[in-house]
Amino acid sequence: MDMSRHLAKALGLVVGVGLMAACASGSNTNSGQKFSGVTVRVVTFTGPQIAEPLQRRAPDFEKATGAKVQIITVPFSDLYQKVLTDFATKTNSYDATVFDPQWMGDYVPPGYLEDLTDRVKNDSTLQWDDIAPFFRDFSATFKGKVYTIPLDGDFQMVYYRKDLLQKDGLKAPETWQDYIDIAKHYQGKDLNGDGKADYGSCLAMKRSAQSYWAWISIASAFLQSQGTKQGAFFDLNNMQPLTNNPGAAAALNVYKQLSKIGPPTQLNDDVGNSRGLFITGRCALSLDWGDIGTLAIDKTQSKVEDKVGAVILPGSKQVLDRSTGQLADCNATLCPYAVNGVNHAPFAAFGGWSGAINKASSAKVKDAAFAFLAYMSAPAQSGVDVTIGRTGFNPYRTSQFSNLDNWTKAGMSTQAANDYLGAIKSSLQSPNMVLDLRISQSAYYQQTSLDTALAQFLAGELNASQTMNQITSQWNKKTDDLGRQSQLDQYKASLSVTR
Amino acid sequence: MSNQASARVLRKATSRWRPIGARLDQSAGAVFILPAVLVILGFSIFPLLASLYVSLSRLSFSEGGVNLKFVGLDNYAKLIVGVDQTHFLGVVGPITPVTVAVLAAAYGLLALLLYRYINGPNRTAGGLVGRVVSAMIAGGLLWLIANTILTSGRPGTLVVTIVYVGVDVAVQYLLGLGLALLVVQHLPGRRFFRVVFLLPMMITPVGVAYLFQMLTDTSKGPLYPLWVRFGLTDVSWVTNPWGARLAVMIGDVWQWTPFIFIILLAAIETLPHELVEAAVVDGASRWNVFWRITFPQILPATTTVVLIRLIEGFKIVDLPNVLTNGGPGTATESLTLHAYTIWRALDIGGSAAVAYMLLLLVTFVGVTYVNLFRRRVAALT
Repeated sequence: MDMSRHLAKALGLVVGVGLMAACASGSNTNSGQKFSGVTVRVVTFTGPQIAEPLQRRAPDFEKATGAKVQIITVPFSDLYQKVLTDFATKTNSYDATVFDPQWMGDYVPPGYLEDLTDRVKNDSTLQWDDIAPFFRDFSATFKGKVYTIPLDGDFQMVYYRKDLLQKDGLKAPETWQDYIDIAKHYQGKDLNGDGKADYGSCLAMKRSAQSYWAWISIASAFLQSQGTKQGAFFDLNNMQPLTNNPGAAAALNVYKQLSKIGPPTQLNDDVGNSRGLFITGRCALSLDWGDIGTLAIDKTQSKVEDKVGAVILPGSKQVLDRSTGQLADCNATLCPYAVNGVNHAPFAAFGGWSGAINKASSAKVKDAAFAFLAYMSAPAQSGVDVTIGRTGFNPYRTSQFSNLDNWTKAGMSTQAANDYLGAIKSSLQSPNMVLDLRISQSAYYQQTSLDTALAQFLAGELNASQTMNQITSQWNKKTDDLGRQSQLDQYKASLSVTR
Repeated sequence: MSNQASARVLRKATSRWRPIGARLDQSAGAVFILPAVLVILGFSIFPLLASLYVSLSRLSFSEGGVNLKFVGLDNYAKLIVGVDQTHFLGVVGPITPVTVAVLAAAYGLLALLLYRYINGPNRTAGGLVGRVVSAMIAGGLLWLIANTILTSGRPGTLVVTIVYVGVDVAVQYLLGLGLALLVVQHLPGRRFFRVVFLLPMMITPVGVAYLFQMLTDTSKGPLYPLWVRFGLTDVSWVTNPWGARLAVMIGDVWQWTPFIFIILLAAIETLPHELVEAAVVDGASRWNVFWRITFPQILPATTTVVLIRLIEGFKIVDLPNVLTNGGPGTATESLTLHAYTIWRALDIGGSAAVAYMLLLLVTFVGVTYVNLFRRRVAALT
C-alpha cells in the first residue's frame, strides 16, 4: 500500500505507452508508398453488412497505398448521433463515415463534411459518371455540391416465390391488395417441403429496427402520384405533414392486415429475421431492399436459389387527391405515370449507404480517406460486392446493371439477374420515385416519431386515427421548434433534384 | 490501516517542528478530503446542474459548434401535457369498479398513516408538511397506475417503470430470502448451489437480454421442443404487451435475485445460534423461529438491500432494449429507455427532461422508503 510505488508504476506505464506510440509512428514512416504513415478512421454501423466489405477490402488498399484503415462500427440506431456528436464537439475521432445520406441535412449546414465536388470529377479510379444519375444527383449531392461517394443503391421492392406463384397461376402483385390476397393464399401452407406451416408474407415490424421504411413504401403508392417533385411527406405549401389523411389511413390498413399474415413473431422481427425467413423458404412474399435478391443466391444459407422473383413496389388504383383531401380513382390527370391504372411510387428508402469525409481531418488523411472510398466504389470492387448478399451493397452503377457477368458468376441465372436488376431499374427510372426525407433532424421525424407510432399501432396501443394524429402533432411540433420556413426550404431543396 | 500508518510516520517526522506539525494536523482532515470533494463536485454536481440546464433548452448544430437555446419548461410540458404525454404518462381509460375499490383502499391507507403520524408523539411541523406532500405525490402516482392499468387505458413509460420496480423487487426479495434460508440449512451440495445461485448476477445484462430473447422465441431456440409439445409455436408471447412485460420482469428477477440472496445469506449466517437454540428448546415452531427471531434480526440488511434494488431497478434499460426494443408499441419501454430513444435522435433537451423526471421519481421513492421503513428499523435495533 505504498503510494509512491503506485505513482512510480503509473509513471512507468505512461512513459511506456508513449514510447510504444513513438515507435509505432516511427516504423510507418519508412516505406515510400503514397499514404504510408497515414491512418484513416472510418466509422459505420455494426453490420455484418456494410462493415463486411469495408473490413474485407481495407487490407488490399493498405497494401497498395501504405495507408492504415481502421473500420470502427457502432449499432445502426446509434450511428447518427454518435458521429454527429463527435463532429460537433470537435472530438473528431473519425476521419470518414459510411452513413445514411439522408442525414446530410444535419451534417452539411454546420460544415462538418468535406466538399468532394472537385475530387469526384477529377478522380479516375472512381469513374463518377458510371454511377447512376439519381445517386450522383440526390444521394451524393446537397444544395448543388457533392459530399458523399455512393457505395450502395437503395430501393425497396417486393420479392415473391416465383416457383409457387407460377405453379398456382398467380401473377406478381401489382397493387397492395394483390399483395394481401397472395399472402392470404399462402399463409399456413407448407412452402419449403419440411412439413411445417409457413407464412404468406414476412416483413420486419420490430421497433427501432429499420421497419418504418416498409410503411412508407406502402404509403407512397397512396400519397404521391404527380411525380418525384410532389413529395410524399409534407405539403409543399405549408409543410403540413401528409400523415393524417385517407391515403395514410389506407396505408395503415394495409400494414395492419400484413401484420396478421405472417410469422407470429413478426412484430418483433427485424430485417435480419425477415430476410432469413424468406431465403429459408418460409415465406411467399417479402418487402426489402436489394438484399434478398443476392442473399437468395448465397449457397451457404439459401433454400430458394432461382425460385425468387422481384418486382417494383406494388401500387394503388386510388390515390390521395390533394385538392380535396380524399382518396380518388386514378385517371390521366391524377396519376399521370400510372401503369394499367395503377399508381406506382417506388421508394428510394434510405438513399444508399454512402461515404463522407470529415472536414476537420488533416489534408493528407482526407486524401487517403477519399482514395479509400473511391477504391471501394470503383467498378472493379463494387461490381463484385453488389453481387454478394452479405455486403448489404446493392447495385447503383450503370455498369452493374449492364454487365451480367458478375451476376452469373455469383450464381444468379441470367433470367433471375434480369428479373432482379429489372425491378431495380424500373424503380430507378420511374418519374414518380419517392425520395426519402432529407431535412434537419429527419432522424427524429422517422426513426423516433414515425417508428414509435407505427409500433404502437401494430401493438394495438393506438388505432389508425390516433396513430395519424400522434405522428402529425409530433411532426408539427418538431417543425415549429426547428422553424417551419427553414424546414420547408430544406424539404423543397431536397426535392428539386435534376435527374 | 495505511492511513493510520502514514499518519504515524507523519507525526514522527514532524515531532521537531511541533507548532507547524500541530497546525498541519489540524488541517490535515480538510486537505485529505479536498480531492474527494473536488472529484464529487466535478463528476457529480456539475453534470447534475449542466443536465438540468440542458433539460431546459433545445440543442441544434451550427457552423463551428453547438447552439443551446433556452426554452424554459417546454421539454417538460411536452411530457406532461404535450405531444409526448401519452408516451410518458399513458392513456387513462374509463373508470371501473375495480379502480374505485383499489384507489379507495390505497387512499384509506395513506390517510391512516397520516392520521397516526398526527396523533403520534414525534410529530413536527416540517415532518407533517413533508408527509402531506409525499402523500399527495403517492396519491397521484397511485391514481395514474390504477387508471392506466386497471382500465382499458394503457400505461406510459412512467407507470411501466414503477410496475417493473414494484414487481421485480418484491419477487426478487421473496426468492432471494427463500434461497438464502435454504442454503443455510445443512443440505448436501449447499456450497455448490451457493455459487450457482450467484452466477446470473455475473452475466452482463445485455447477455441476459439475448438469452431471454432466445428463450422467449416460440418459433426457434432452445425451448422450441417445449413450445411444440404444448402447441404454442404459433403464439408469440413477446408480441403481447403484458407477455412482453412479463418476459422483461422474469429476466430481471432471474438476474438480480442473487444480489438479494447473497446479502441476506451473509446476514443470516452471522446471526448468533444461541437465540434460535433457546427458542427451539422452548418448543418454538420453525415458523415462529423464523418470524420472531431470524426475520427481525435481518431486517436492517433487508431494508438496505431493498433500497439498493429499488434505486437500481428504476434504471432498467438493457433488458427491454435488447429483448423487445421497448415494443410491442411502447409496452415494455422503461423511463431510461424512453430517454435513450429520444436522445438517439439528438433531442438532448427532451432526453434530459425524461432523465430528470426519473431522478425526481427515484428520489421521491427513496426518501419515502427511508422515512417509512429504514428509520423505524434503525430505531428498533
